[in-house]
Amino acid sequence: MTTANESAQFTIKSIVDGVRSSKFSATEVAAVYLDRTRKFASRLNCNLHLDDIAALSEAKAADQRIKAAGSGNLPLAGVPVLVKDNICVKGSKTTCGSRILENYVATYDATVIQRLREAGAFVIGKVNMDEFAMGSSNENSAFGPVRNPWNEEYVPGGSSGGSAAAVAARLAPVALGSDTGGSIRQPASFCGIVGLKPTYGTVSRYGLVAFGSSLDQIGPMTTTVEDAALMLDVLAGADSHDSTSVKHPDGGFAKALLADKHGFSGMTIGIPEEFFDSGLDPEVAACLEQAIAVVQKAGAKTKRVRLPNISYSVAAYYVIATAEASANLARFDGIRYGYRSAEKNLSLKEVYRKSRSEGFGREVKQRIMLGTFVLSSGYYDAFYSKANKVRELISRDFAAAFDSGCDLLLTPTSPTPPFKLGEKLSDPLAMYLSDICTIGVNLADLPGISIPCGRTKSGLPVGMQLIAPKFNEKKLLIGANAYERATEWHKASPNL
Amino acid sequence: MNAPLNGTKPAQTSNPGDAVLDRYEPVIGLEVHCQLKTQTKLFCGCSTAFGAMPNHNTCPVCLGHPGVLPALNSEAVNFAIRFALAVGADIQETSVFARKQYFYPDLPKGYQITQYDLPYCTGGKLTLASGKTVRLIRAHLEEDAGKNVHGDESSYVDLNRAGVPLIEIVSHADIRTPEDAADYLKRLRSLVRSLEICDGNLEEGSFRCDANVSIRPRGQEKFGTRCEIKNLNSFRNIERAIKYEILRQADLLDHGQPVVQQTMLFDAASGKTHPMRSKEESHDYRYFPEPDLLPLRIDEARIQRQRDTLPELPEAMARRFEEKHGLSAYDAAVLTSDKDLAGFYEAVVKRVGSAATEKIVANWVTSEYLREVNNRNWDLTNPPITADHLGELIELIGKGVISGRIAKTLFEEMAEKGPGKGPKAMVEAQGLIQVSDTSEIRNVVTKVLDANPEQLAEYLEGRDKLFGFFVGQTMKVSGGKMNPQMVNDVLKELLDARRKG
Repeated sequence: MTTANESAQFTIKSIVDGVRSSKFSATEVAAVYLDRTRKFASRLNCNLHLDDIAALSEAKAADQRIKAAGSGNLPLAGVPVLVKDNICVKGSKTTCGSRILENYVATYDATVIQRLREAGAFVIGKVNMDEFAMGSSNENSAFGPVRNPWNEEYVPGGSSGGSAAAVAARLAPVALGSDTGGSIRQPASFCGIVGLKPTYGTVSRYGLVAFGSSLDQIGPMTTTVEDAALMLDVLAGADSHDSTSVKHPDGGFAKALLADKHGFSGMTIGIPEEFFDSGLDPEVAACLEQAIAVVQKAGAKTKRVRLPNISYSVAAYYVIATAEASANLARFDGIRYGYRSAEKNLSLKEVYRKSRSEGFGREVKQRIMLGTFVLSSGYYDAFYSKANKVRELISRDFAAAFDSGCDLLLTPTSPTPPFKLGEKLSDPLAMYLSDICTIGVNLADLPGISIPCGRTKSGLPVGMQLIAPKFNEKKLLIGANAYERATEWHKASPNL
Repeated sequence: MNAPLNGTKPAQTSNPGDAVLDRYEPVIGLEVHCQLKTQTKLFCGCSTAFGAMPNHNTCPVCLGHPGVLPALNSEAVNFAIRFALAVGADIQETSVFARKQYFYPDLPKGYQITQYDLPYCTGGKLTLASGKTVRLIRAHLEEDAGKNVHGDESSYVDLNRAGVPLIEIVSHADIRTPEDAADYLKRLRSLVRSLEICDGNLEEGSFRCDANVSIRPRGQEKFGTRCEIKNLNSFRNIERAIKYEILRQADLLDHGQPVVQQTMLFDAASGKTHPMRSKEESHDYRYFPEPDLLPLRIDEARIQRQRDTLPELPEAMARRFEEKHGLSAYDAAVLTSDKDLAGFYEAVVKRVGSAATEKIVANWVTSEYLREVNNRNWDLTNPPITADHLGELIELIGKGVISGRIAKTLFEEMAEKGPGKGPKAMVEAQGLIQVSDTSEIRNVVTKVLDANPEQLAEYLEGRDKLFGFFVGQTMKVSGGKMNPQMVNDVLKELLDARRKG
């Protein structure tokens, strides 16, 4: 097998090719990544519940499955996958970055885990995250903040910050993230990797600990667009356990990338004005300007479009997502599993109150209260109903932009480059605005992808977002792939 | 408790004072939870079987583990459609599940998945024995909660029932008497049982009722303030609770005090209702549409498939019993109040054949048989006296083998000790065959007359009433075995002879 250093440049594609042609085994791939994990994970605090033995036994089991299936047949043969700690892996802790689930061991596999295993991949570990996926900096984890591998004084973004940092540090070729308002794309942008949020319903949510059920999607975080396509091929599909999942009208995304001869040529890319206003960080603006030039040079026409209601997206999002979260998190009550206050002789009400007060972190409690409030009798119409009307208007804005002849939309992923640890902790509103470019995509159920498109003067990654119409992941990936081929940004990895 | 009470007189609980009912009119609406007897729960594949070891019928979904999602059981939807069809309700093309949020240990997710402002079924009606029609507001699908079990030191939670499918059926406040309330429930139970969507077992909780009760001065149009009574687990208690509540509210109003809208619990031991602690009912359930489930769409083809397989419903069956078996409306209603009872009756009719009329069979089933069913809490699906046994007994009367009196005694004996080898064998073993031999009857009658010279003398002087005395004496001496008609004939003949003599 090749050396560990070379493996740092491994992609899913290269691993699958190697394992399918029997050059090396899943177990050998695991050993290489576990070696890197031992070296770098604790510095970045991106992994949780490190367990080499469990990871190796997963790898061995994958080797057996690959052998049983005939090595050439499994699309993700030998691919180690890091899993955000809000996705259930049977027998493994699934903490959601929360004290309240600190010792919770999942009793079943999420559908995505089953699908990955069937495809020849294996779980190499679980990664850190903002508690219950609530946050944009990964500072809300009960298990400490994750650090950005490009500069450890900076945040990796959130909430899938552990996934992004680990993939950027090449501790695995891919990590699963979850995206409710930008939690895959924003950290992917902050860490210089690719993050794909599929159309709502594309990937089963069964086994993903719910935050905002009508917004949550699982997606891959990878180092290349082709790898994202290979992952989506396996992840996408209807699941009888998830009524909101659907059979994707397309499929064969990786094949479509290979077959595509046109890239951007013939495409019209919409540039929504609202995301390029004075609020945009000048360094990010400069990167985006260059990116637009690249797109044009690659053969796309660009066109300015408007999304008139997008300025309401953050407000609508924080009503809908928190409302759903307040119900979703009610089950963490100290009765059946999870943290229960150690105090003795508590009444039932006190068990609830103390267990939840002690078990949840500050941001989570804040959002539960917000969500509880907006659903309360007398406030429902003013908040929850209205937010859903805004959601509909935002969906129509996007639809109108696509109807006006745009194949894709191009925006910054985040209005700012990565910020320093602690910088925005005292200013929740500034933190919430960090998701302003991504939230609308969730509200409109659209697919979006963040890809690296530049670097700040201090060397921090900047990402751009492409957005496609519902279930048009194929076009989204073709566009992203065309951009990637025209640039070198994705090839760089942080110097650890 | 599987016994229908339709065939017996209402339990003799104290009626609200007539004076109270002269002044106030009760207004009653009922909410019924019917457990649908699907194989599996509403949102997961766990069994719905009653009586399993605690927490045996559970999985991550119904335990509310992190990350699980509900997947709707389509059999439950079909059952719900059958109900809506049977009461002539409107089935909504699109309905929406909602989360009803509150904290309680028996509610694993911290919310119940139910239907709120957009239920699958609206309208419909049910007709009572009194001819009164009770309109339904709605019915909706929802999941049941689990059960808290309180021990000496600790409380325990059993989640076997968590996620079992229910339909909640809400009536308009169209009911005006406690008796009609009980009749409504009996009819509803009978209906869901004949639809085979619910086993209607009040004791096991598969058929549960809450009553909304208010009263208003007679002649007043505006409804009074209502109280909801919970914990009503038998038809008798439902009547008792409502009667008590009417008196309680009337007493308040009579003393110039307002009725406070609150939830009451019925205590069967004391026969009284008392308020639940107010905190427990001051819920803001914060309903909102369940984002994990798509709106429920029910198309016409699906409705038609259920319509095509509906069984004969109680009302239609009652009409058939009137026409085919020549029964009164009352007998037909009683016999069709339960599908097993109706089946029993028809089986007896078949067994009896031409030996007795269908009316006679109906009398036996509605009086003797139902009395024992109620007194002995017989399970109608598997009664200890079979249709075959009762049929045989009635046949013995019809063929003149035994008298009706003997038959009733025999029936009580069968109910008490079990039917053994059946009535025919019992009749033979106990020598109960009716005496129809004229010479033997003559002998006994002659002896009776000779043994009672004073009464005979009086009779001969014109006291005709004493004829019955001689019949009774003759039957007594013969142990009731003599054919009563023949005894009458012989007695008349011999007495006439002595008068002339």
